[in-house]
Amino acid sequence: MSDLTRMTATEIAALVAGGETSAVEVTQAHLDRITAVDDRVHAFLHVDTEGALAAARAVDERRAAGEVLGPLAGVPVAVKDVLATRGVPTTVGSKILEGWRPPYDATIVQRLRDAGTVMLGKTNMDEFAMGSSTEYSAYGPTHNPWDLSRIPGGSGGGSAAALAAYEAPLAIGSDTGGSIRQPGAVTGTVGAKPTYGGTSRYGLVAFSSSLDTPGPCARNVLDAALLHQVIGGHDPRDSTSIPQPMPDVVAAAKLGATGDLTGVRLGIVSEFVGEGAEPGVMAAFRESVDALAKLGAEIVEVSCPTFAYALPAYYLIAPSECSSNLARFDGVRFGLRVGDDGNRSLEEVMSLTREAGFGPEVKRRIMLGTYALSSGYYDAYYGQAQKVRTLITRDFTAAFEQVDALISPTTPSVAFPMGARTADPYQMYLADLFTIPTNLYGGPGISVPCGLSEGLPVGLQVMAPTMADDRMYRVAAALESAVGTFTPPAL
Amino acid sequence: MAAISREEVAHLARLSRLAVTEEELDMFAGQLDVILQAVAQVGEVAAADIPPTSHSVPLTNIFREDVVTPCLTPQEALSGAPDAEDQRFRVPRILTEDVAS
Amino acid sequence: MTTTLPAYDEVVARYEPVIGLETHVELGTNTKMWCGCPTDFGGEPNTRVCPVCLGLPGSLPVANKAAIEAIIRIGLALNCSIAEWCRFARKNYFYPDMPKNFQISQYDEPICVDGYLDVEVGGETVRIEIERVHLEEDTGKTLHVGGATGRIHGATESLVDYNRAGIPLVEIVTKPIPGTGALAPEVARAYVTELRDVIRTLGVSDVRMEEGSLRCDVNTSLNLPGAEWGTRTETKNVNSLRSVERAVRSEMLRQASVLDAGGRITQETRHFHEDTGDTTPGRSKETATDYRYFPEPDLVPIAPDPAWVAELKAALPELPRVHRRRLQQQWGLSDLDMQSVLNAGAVELIEATVAAGTTPAAARKWWLGELSRRANESGVELAEIGATPAQVAELQGLVDAGKLNDKMARTVLEGVVDGEGSPTEIMTNRGLEVVSDTGALTVAVDEAIAANPAIADKIRSGKVAAVGALVGAVMKTTRGQADAKTLRELILERLGVQG
Ligand SMILES: [Zn+2]
Repeated sequence: MSDLTRMTATEIAALVAGGETSAVEVTQAHLDRITAVDDRVHAFLHVDTEGALAAARAVDERRAAGEVLGPLAGVPVAVKDVLATRGVPTTVGSKILEGWRPPYDATIVQRLRDAGTVMLGKTNMDEFAMGSSTEYSAYGPTHNPWDLSRIPGGSGGGSAAALAAYEAPLAIGSDTGGSIRQPGAVTGTVGAKPTYGGTSRYGLVAFSSSLDTPGPCARNVLDAALLHQVIGGHDPRDSTSIPQPMPDVVAAAKLGATGDLTGVRLGIVSEFVGEGAEPGVMAAFRESVDALAKLGAEIVEVSCPTFAYALPAYYLIAPSECSSNLARFDGVRFGLRVGDDGNRSLEEVMSLTREAGFGPEVKRRIMLGTYALSSGYYDAYYGQAQKVRTLITRDFTAAFEQVDALISPTTPSVAFPMGARTADPYQMYLADLFTIPTNLYGGPGISVPCGLSEGLPVGLQVMAPTMADDRMYRVAAALESAVGTFTPPAL
Repeated sequence: MAAISREEVAHLARLSRLAVTEEELDMFAGQLDVILQAVAQVGEVAAADIPPTSHSVPLTNIFREDVVTPCLTPQEALSGAPDAEDQRFRVPRILTEDVAS
Repeated sequence: MTTTLPAYDEVVARYEPVIGLETHVELGTNTKMWCGCPTDFGGEPNTRVCPVCLGLPGSLPVANKAAIEAIIRIGLALNCSIAEWCRFARKNYFYPDMPKNFQISQYDEPICVDGYLDVEVGGETVRIEIERVHLEEDTGKTLHVGGATGRIHGATESLVDYNRAGIPLVEIVTKPIPGTGALAPEVARAYVTELRDVIRTLGVSDVRMEEGSLRCDVNTSLNLPGAEWGTRTETKNVNSLRSVERAVRSEMLRQASVLDAGGRITQETRHFHEDTGDTTPGRSKETATDYRYFPEPDLVPIAPDPAWVAELKAALPELPRVHRRRLQQQWGLSDLDMQSVLNAGAVELIEATVAAGTTPAAARKWWLGELSRRANESGVELAEIGATPAQVAELQGLVDAGKLNDKMARTVLEGVVDGEGSPTEIMTNRGLEVVSDTGALTVAVDEAIAANPAIADKIRSGKVAAVGALVGAVMKTTRGQADAKTLRELILERLGVQG
C-alpha cells in the first residue's frame, strides 16, 4: 500500500471503511512519521501514543461489529494544545499549565472522539495563542517544514506544521486574529476560521472570548470541510454558540471542486492590495484572481475604509479580554505555584507564580489590557475599540451587499526567518493585518494555498458573511481545483 | 512624549499580580509605549454616536434549564491543585481583605 | 479608643442620619448560576463543583433561566422597571475564593431599576426607594487556619471550598434614605424585614440570615441639619434583623462622637460585631481597587420578552403588605392591634395557627401573650421560640375540648417551648388532663355536698351563685384537674337544680 501519511483524510476514511487498512495501521504510520521527523519540526507538545492506538482499536472493533462509521472514522487528528483533553496534558504552550491534565474534554474534542477520529496528540502554539510565529511557545518553537529556519506561523504553528510535515492529515486550530489562517498560508495548508459561534468554545482555553474561534486545518479544502462538519454546530455549553443548523460546508466544497464559479461575485479588498503586502505575495494573489475569473467569478474591487483601524482595535480588545481571562492562572486550583515557602503571603506567591509562569508576550498583553480597561482609559481605549468594531462590521455588511465573498492575500509576507520579529512586538502583530478584520466582525474566513513566492507558500483568504461558511468553502475549493495543492520539499 | 511611564507599568504589573524584574520594567515600558502609540490610532476614528460592539453574535436570552448535572468528584476537582488539605485548596496566608459583594 | 459615646437622643437632636442598604439574597434555585451543580446548603467541601464553577481553563458559563426569572419577579415585587436589554459584566479583582479572579456581575446595566418598597414604622408608611436589583454569583468559602478563632489576621494559611461558588446572588440596593431621624435604625430593620418577607412570599429564596442566604450591608452617614450629606461608612457582617438595627444605631453613635470631637469620617468598610454590638474598620474604600468592569463576552445580553415579564407580573403572589391588610380585616383587628402583631413578628405564625383550625383571637392570645413573653426573656425571634403553629393549634384544641383549662394550657405550652413534645404528650406525661371521669368526679361532688350541707341547702333553695364554693372545694380535692364548667353542671345536677 502507498504511504498512508501522504493520503487525504477522505482517502484514509474510505480505506478504513472498506477494510483495506485498519485505523490502527493508519495511526501507527502517523506515529512513526512523528517519531521520524518531529525532533526537527517540533509540531507536537505531547504525543498520546497509547490513547491514539486505543482509539484506533475501538474504531476497528466498531467496524468489525458491523457499525456504520462516520465520514472521518479512523482518521488521525492533531489537536492544538489550547483545547482541554481529559487526562491528556493541556498546556496552552505555557509553563503556567505545565503538567495539567484536565478532568474534562472540550466539546470539540468530545465530538472528535464521537466521530471516531484518532487524536494523535497536542500541537505546539504560541503561549496562550498570543503570537504569529509559534516562537512564543514556552516549550520551544515549531519549524516550518518548507524551510526549517523559518517560522510556521502562529499561534497554531504546530497544527499547520504537523499537516505540512505529513505527521497528521487533519488538525484543529483556534483563530483569534488569524491563528488558523496565517499558519495555513505560510505552510501551504488549508486553515478555516468558522463563523464565531459556529464552533463551540467550551473547553478552549480562552485568550479573547469575543474573538476566539476554533476551526479545522487540513491539506485540502474538502478535508477541512469534513472536519468542520464534525466539530461544528450548536453547543448548549457555550452561550455564544449559534443555535441554528450550520451550512452544509461539505456540499459546498464538493460544488466548488467542480471548478465552476459562474454567477459568483468576489470582492478584492482594495485596502489590502496596496503597499501592505510583499511583491511576491501580491504576484501569487493576482494570478489566483485571474484563475478565479477564469472559473467564471465576477471580480470587483470593494473598499472597506475602517479595516485600517482593525489592527489597533484588535490590540486593545484582545489584550483587555485576555487580562481578565488569564487572571484565573494564580496557582490556587491548578497549574504552577512558585515561591510558597511557608512564609510568603498569597499575594506574593501569586505574583511570583504568574511572573515565572507567563512569558513576555503574555505579560505584555495582560498589562496592556489592564491599562485599556482602567477607569481613566476605558473610554479612549477599550470603549473606542468596540465602536471601531461596529464600524468594521458595517464595512463588511456593506461589502456583502455588493459581493458574495471578499478575497485578499492571507498574510502580507511569506514565512519569515525565525527570530526576525521577536524583538519588535508590533512588527510581529503586522503578520495578522489581513486576518484580523474577520475576527472583529465574526464572519468566516479561510486560507487556501494559491502559489509560491521564492519557493515558499502564499495563501489566499476568502471571507464570507456570518453563517455563510459554505460560500468560502466553495470559492476555496474552486481555486484549489485550478491551482492545485503544494508539496514541501522532503524533510 | 511617552504614552506610558515606567511607574505606570510598575503599577499595571502590581494590578496584574506580576512580580516583574527591574530589567523587565525597562523593557516593557519601552515596548508598551510603542504599542500604545500605535493602538491609540483608534482615537482617530470619529465614532461618538456609534454603538460599541461587545459580542459579534446577535444572540440574546441564551439560558439553561435549572436541572442538576453531575459534578466532578472531589478527587477530580483537586487533581490539579498545587496544594490541598482536608479536601480543600490550600493557599498561603492572605493579606488583603478584599471581599466581593 | 475608649471615648464615651454620646446619648442617642442627643445625637439625633444634633445630626440627621442618611442610611442605605445593600442586601444580598442567595436564590433557592436547584442549580448554580452558570452550571448544573446543586446549590443545597452544607455538604462535604468541594463536592458540588465542576469545571465551570471551579473556573477551570476553557470552561464557560451559561445562565440559569430560573435565576433570571426569580430576579425579574423580585424586581416586579419591588415595583422596579425591568430593563429591555442588559448585559452581565466582569468585576475584576484577585481573591482566592473567586475561582476566575473576576466576578460575573452587572455594572451599569442592571436588570431591574427604580423601584420602591413601603414599610411601616411607628404607624407611619416609609417609602424606601430601590436604586437597582442585579444578579451576580457568590464566592467560595475560605477557612483561615493557624490564627485566632478562624480570623484572617494572624492566620498562617487558608483553605478554600468552592461549593458555594457560583450560587446565584441577587443584590438589592436602596437609594440613600434621608429624613428618618431617630427612627433610622428601626427603618433599616423594617426594610430588611419587609424585603425578607417579600422574597419569602415569592418563594425564590429561604432568606435565612443565620445561614447567610440573606446578607446585609448597611451604609450610614450623619450630617448637620441643612448641611450636605456626610461621608458614609459601609458596615458588613450584619447577620440578623436585630443586628441591622443595632449596627445603624452603633454607627450613628460612633460617627457622632468622631464629629463632636472635630474629627472627620473616613469612607471605609466596617465590620459589625454581634457580641459587642459595635463596628471596627476594615478595608478603606479610599484605596479601593479599580475593578475594570467590562461586558462579559462569554454571556450574551438579556432582553426579557415583555410578554414574559407581563406574565410573571400577573402571576405574582399577594405581597406581604396587601396580605397583611387582608388578614387584619379577617381577624377584625384595629391598626394598633395589627401593629403589635407585626412588631412581635407574629403575622405568619398566627396565620398558620388559624389555618390549623384555631380562632384568630385564640391564636393571637397565645403568640402575643405567653410565647412573646418567653421569646423576649430568652432574646430570640418569636419564630425561633420552639413552638410551632401546629402545636399551638393542638393546644387550643385541647382547651376547646375541655381537656385543659387555661392555667394548665399555659403549663403545657411551657413544656412545648422547652421541647418536651407535643401538647398532648406533655399533657399525658405530666398528668395534667382535666378530670373528666364523671364517676370519680361524682364521688368528689357527693363528698363535697355531704361536707357542706348548709351551702347545699342554699343552692337547693335557688341561690345558684353559691355553687362556686362547692366548685372550689371539689377543685381542691382533685388538685385543679377538673374543668370548672363541667364541674358546675355536675354539682347542680346532683343537687337536682336547673343551672
Ligand atoms: Zn459547577
